[in-house]
Amino acid sequence: MPLSSKHLLGLSGVPKEDIQLILDTAVTFREILERPIKKVPTLKGKTIVNLFFENSTRTRISFELAQKRLSADTVNFTTSSSSTKKGETFKDTVLNIEAMKIDMIVVRHQSAGVPQFLTKISNASIINAGDGRHEHPTQALLDMYSIKEKIGKIDGLKVCIVGDIAHSRVAISNIAGLISMGAKVSVCGPATMIPKSIESLGVTVHHDINKAIAENDVLNILRIQLERKAGTNIPSLREYHNYFGVTEERLEKNNKDILILHPGPINRGVEISSEVADGPYQVILDQVTNGVAVRMAVLYLLGTMN
Amino acid sequence: MEIKATIIDEEGLNRTVTRLAHEILERNKGSENLVVLGMRTRGEFLAQRIHKKIMEIENKEIPLGVLDITLYRDDFRTRLKQPEVSTTNITFDLNEKNVVLVDDVLYTGRTIRAALDAVMDIGRPSTVQFCTLVDRGHRELPVKADFIGKNIPTSFNEEVKVKMKEIDGEDAVYLVEIKKENNES
Repeated sequence: MPLSSKHLLGLSGVPKEDIQLILDTAVTFREILERPIKKVPTLKGKTIVNLFFENSTRTRISFELAQKRLSADTVNFTTSSSSTKKGETFKDTVLNIEAMKIDMIVVRHQSAGVPQFLTKISNASIINAGDGRHEHPTQALLDMYSIKEKIGKIDGLKVCIVGDIAHSRVAISNIAGLISMGAKVSVCGPATMIPKSIESLGVTVHHDINKAIAENDVLNILRIQLERKAGTNIPSLREYHNYFGVTEERLEKNNKDILILHPGPINRGVEISSEVADGPYQVILDQVTNGVAVRMAVLYLLGTMN
Repeated sequence: MEIKATIIDEEGLNRTVTRLAHEILERNKGSENLVVLGMRTRGEFLAQRIHKKIMEIENKEIPLGVLDITLYRDDFRTRLKQPEVSTTNITFDLNEKNVVLVDDVLYTGRTIRAALDAVMDIGRPSTVQFCTLVDRGHRELPVKADFIGKNIPTSFNEEVKVKMKEIDGEDAVYLVEIKKENNES
């Protein structure tokens, strides 16, 4: 069974079967990453454009590696060196790139809804690599893959997303994906960082990090996003660390079996202590490796769809 | 779909597997550096049986792996249905080994072409040999099998169906006729 859509814009409203198919397919690609020649010829002749209107290290390199390992031809676009600086509109930029005969677009943009807009002006398959505060579906997929790889299942697990929920597209995608895969999802953070109607997404809210650690199987710790003005929502980073920072002491006191995820980049000593970030509870770098496999799975499933 | 003939039955399959195992050992002068790779799906089970037989004869352990060639196929653009990918499971080194690839039916030769590419991405074997249960002809590429269970000349509107107990509940090879629409006969 192929995926139900030729685009991946988010995980909200995506059928469970699609998420399952992506996670299952990623297992195949994870194996390829362990081979001496980490490349398969599957997307030979397909052209993929990476449109990154916002800074990114992990996601951009991860997508690019995933594309190269599937033998696709890739072109990278970054705003700083493009004609948008000469006043070209976003739509014209995309139409010009499209005119060069491309098959897929991976897009990251600071405004929510840009990937959706692209599906209306382009015939290519669109993959959202993060749009504003809206969604970041491949991150949530790789988080779920990492949970499944470590614990063996997602269904029935209790997962808490900790941190700046209000500014986080990772949180929104994770909540949608995890709930449809049968997990019980909660969020934890200061009241100023939790949107008022978040319960309508089907999650419960914690304000006590110790309780969140004690009651959950998995903690997905989000970064305090200073570039998105998160600093105005908390008195100081030090206070945030004192109340919500995940430290070894808190883990050992409340729950020694917990699994720690973090989408990166990590702020050591803010949302996570260095001991935890390098310690036995976390799978932060496994998440990065799995990210390539999951993105290969998405590119494969969308790129070979007829 | 209509069964025209039973080409190999359960007993016949056993005998064929035994002969193929002996032929493989004869050609390789024993089982030194020998590894067996089954090609998903039915080649995997056939490989398991040949592998078991070889170990019985030689009385020693030989590596067995599974190869999934979906990602190496050449028909992604022309097929209507997206093929399902499965996992390759080879937990040993292929360098300097004598690799025996096992599949159920040899037809156009495109699957074995893909398998060769897949194997070369995993390692550099000294030799690669190909063992098939049935060779039905109609090659589109210049390949041939080293070990053949049975040669069955077929026409284009016929198909060879290999059934294996592990997934089909029976061991048999059938020649079936595919009814095409607007077929005059």
